[in-house]
Amino acid sequence: MACISPDGKPTLSGAKMLRALKAKAGSAEEVAQKAGLPLFRVRSGLRELDQAGLVSQKSEKYELSAKGSELADSLPA
Amino acid sequence: MEEVKEEVMSLPRLGQAAPPFEAVTTQGPLKLDDYKGSWLILFSHPADFTPVCTTEFIAFAKIYPELQKRGVELLGLSVDSVSSHIAWARNVEEKTKVKIPFPIIADLNKEVSTAYGMIHPGQSKTETVRCVFIIDDKQVIRTILYYPLTTGRNMDEIVRIIDALQTTDANGVATPANWRPGDKVVVPPPNTQEGAEERLKEGLKEGYECVDWYLCQKKLK
Repeated sequence: MACISPDGKPTLSGAKMLRALKAKAGSAEEVAQKAGLPLFRVRSGLRELDQAGLVSQKSEKYELSAKGSELADSLPA
Repeated sequence: MEEVKEEVMSLPRLGQAAPPFEAVTTQGPLKLDDYKGSWLILFSHPADFTPVCTTEFIAFAKIYPELQKRGVELLGLSVDSVSSHIAWARNVEEKTKVKIPFPIIADLNKEVSTAYGMIHPGQSKTETVRCVFIIDDKQVIRTILYYPLTTGRNMDEIVRIIDALQTTDANGVATPANWRPGDKVVVPPPNTQEGAEERLKEGLKEGYECVDWYLCQKKLK
């Protein structure tokens, strides 16, 4: 997986997306800009984070779930 | 006698919607939809750890920053595994100091290569030939290039095609042979007799350089 390692920890790009969403819920475009990642990677990554129950999508916006917030809080700054 | 059945699939053509796909890549699972709003160059190579493909991947990596400035992403493909792609990309970086920054599809089940007509049995029954599909931001196929297994692609031409297509889209013009950004562009020819006469009378006023009514060029402002 691109965002979550087999051991359940976020990868470098997964962590960037979680940090971007911890600051503020946003669209894939906004997350890409904040995380400094290409939009295609973010769309694919958000899909993966959604499937893992770490984010949820409301219309065009993504936000962290409780589980996602917990994981984002545990990331080194 | 055993009956041999060969499935005939319609191949993608210019101006058609690019066939959708969901594929395993070196940067995780990707869908064609993930590229909506960006231009995409989807290209295939015969196999990892082969000499011509290695020179091409280094060359694609080198033009990637120029392509990104134009809103274009790169996506490679071959009928190899993700592990093979990763090992090859790491080897290229180790030996040449060039990092492969774009994803590569591991098309082991040949789903994507079949949908895009990338396997030409006259060249190889198992490997993809050197295809380039230029897909625009609305996911329409704008250019298809096929190169044989033995001939590496010309990166300058790929960037030139992107520049030409984006100039056409932005200005409603065409581009002449060997066109480069900054050169004169071709004005669409009139399609009525009246229009042809007007083009010759009015063309000069509008700064056109005309050989005749059907061949007028101008500098873009």
